[in-house]
Amino acid sequence: MSILISKDTKFIIQGITGREAVNLTRENLDYGARIVGGVTPGRAGRDVYGVPVYDCVRDVVRKEGSLDGSVVSVPPKFTRDAVFEALENRIRLVVVVTENVPRREVAQMVELATLRGARIIGPNCLGIISPDEAKMGGVGGPAANTRQAYTKGNIGVMSRSGGMTTEIASTLTAAGLGQSTCVSIGGDAIVGTSYAELMPLFEADPETRAIAIYSEPGGRMEAELAEWIQANNSRLPVVAFMAGRFMDEMKGMRFGHAGTIVEGKEDTTAEKIKRMEQAGISVAERIEEIPRLLEKRLAEVK
Amino acid sequence: MRFYEYESKALFRRHRLPLGPGQRVNSAAEARQAFGEIGGPVVLKSQVLSGGRMKAGAVKFAESADEAAEHFQSIMPIVVQGESARSVLVERKSAVAQEYFVAITWDGRAKKPVLVFSDMGGIDIEEVAETHPEHVSKTHFSSILPLSPRIAKEAVGAAGVTGAALNRLTPIVFELMKIFLAYDLTLAEINPLARLEDGSFVVLDGHVDMEAEARGNHKKLLEELGIGEDETRQARPPTDFELAGARVNAVDHRGVAGNVVEFDGNLGLVIGAGGGSLTLFDAVRQHGGRPANYCEIGGNPSVKKAEALTQLILSKPGVEKLAVMMNVVSNTRVDIVARGVIKGCIAAGRDPAETIAIFRIPGSWEDEGFKILRKYGVEYCDRSVSMHDAAGRAVAKIS
Repeated sequence: MSILISKDTKFIIQGITGREAVNLTRENLDYGARIVGGVTPGRAGRDVYGVPVYDCVRDVVRKEGSLDGSVVSVPPKFTRDAVFEALENRIRLVVVVTENVPRREVAQMVELATLRGARIIGPNCLGIISPDEAKMGGVGGPAANTRQAYTKGNIGVMSRSGGMTTEIASTLTAAGLGQSTCVSIGGDAIVGTSYAELMPLFEADPETRAIAIYSEPGGRMEAELAEWIQANNSRLPVVAFMAGRFMDEMKGMRFGHAGTIVEGKEDTTAEKIKRMEQAGISVAERIEEIPRLLEKRLAEVK
Repeated sequence: MRFYEYESKALFRRHRLPLGPGQRVNSAAEARQAFGEIGGPVVLKSQVLSGGRMKAGAVKFAESADEAAEHFQSIMPIVVQGESARSVLVERKSAVAQEYFVAITWDGRAKKPVLVFSDMGGIDIEEVAETHPEHVSKTHFSSILPLSPRIAKEAVGAAGVTGAALNRLTPIVFELMKIFLAYDLTLAEINPLARLEDGSFVVLDGHVDMEAEARGNHKKLLEELGIGEDETRQARPPTDFELAGARVNAVDHRGVAGNVVEFDGNLGLVIGAGGGSLTLFDAVRQHGGRPANYCEIGGNPSVKKAEALTQLILSKPGVEKLAVMMNVVSNTRVDIVARGVIKGCIAAGRDPAETIAIFRIPGSWEDEGFKILRKYGVEYCDRSVSMHDAAGRAVAKIS
């Protein structure tokens, strides 16, 4: 088991003929993904590594029947429309890779997704991987690199950074801890799905026994996670790593992702760490401490 | 990206929000003239992006033209939270009966805009929310359904306002909601919004923040307001080094090698990606290292870009060595970064083996990358050495 995706997940790539999307298609196919079509307006009839290209999502649905998911990799100014197109064609899982989408448009995508009972992962993310099952998005890169870093197991990973998703998975793998599903949730101020919103899925997944998260300054997502854990008496031990501690001294400056700016009375990293620790989350000082902390917490559960 | 008060008000004026007469002035003579044209008591306000003007003494009232000129002279040199005044705004001083607060921002948790309204404006709203919660309303609204004035009415009413004030406030609040969404703002605030003794309303102070990502959608407005593309409006203005970093990144569209932020240390950092850079910067500092810069490499930058970034960092006075480090990479090619940083060292007249304290970029094409590094005698490591330990090795080489 895993969450969100498995080897049966039938999905498409919107913007499939773009340079990055072409790479992503190759990498996903090599990892065993079931990609039934791609969309680029005006390019119907072509193919990308054997994946047929269509003008509209509707045309893929007519040919292939209902779809489970879509990876959206189109330029920022077309992103909202592409996501709307996926949602209005009854796609229930949309992974948005695109960076630099203004917040208003992200909020609009998320609001429509909510109305349609769908889920958005991202934007500005590398997607989802259930090791040895499938991946949707650029997470882990080429299949060979992906297999080196990610192995099947019982740790769920959530990360605001795509690259750090792989760093953490690689560290877990080296310590003999496999992963159930790893989700790069995106680095923007508004994301489709937050840590707390993924928790019920991991909670319901018998394969997942603990959670590792990568966190950054900015926003309220850690406070939301802490509240969720306390309110739901979660069975899952959580270990978090907090990057960007230096930013506490530099309010109003933006580093890294669009979401990493500490403004007004928002939590500093020190406050986030405090909130998480109060909720029973173990906070690692370094990435390499995550496996040991997970093992310790798992031993306590037994 | 924050707007100055005078820019925010220019935007409000376009949308016919009620504003009193006012002028932006750049000299004592202009301040004197503005007083004459406004005709009566005025307020002079320093134009800075940071808050805390009042406390710093950069807001003053004048009863005469002489006094206006005098206040201009005293306000201009005042540095507010490290920021010098751009100019001074002279506005009519109003006879205020009551002050209100209205702001719209994004709630990242609800993923919707949230409208905050209070009939206790002029003071710190967070404090009002704690001491008088019944006087502050918070109302979320849709970003896809057509905007409706009833949301504004409900928000005003929820703070306990009724009667003529409710009917006069509703269209003002509604207009601010429209402005917020139309211009991709991340904050639209009027505080105070004043009811004058004659019952009319006027915007006394307000400001807006526009999302940096959306600047391209509002070129016309930014041009009208005279906001140049090079104005980042971050907590401090960009340094020459940072501007040069932006130019390096703009050389071509392949990947990212930029987002440089200047620090005053001796260890140059060629680091990535978004999250990796934050992690590595912390790690260097935890080891007692003094970074010369922050930067980000991401996607798949060209050799040329990595080379130019390296050269730029090495050109900064006091940079003794470089640490080239990233998290396990999937899209960035290790060999390309290796080639770029070595070329950058050589172009800067430095020996790569001496200059690069550590190279820790594991991932795609690492074998090819490590081969190049070996050839030039550069110390490198793979993923078996943690980001934290790699940073430690770099710091240990400087002392």
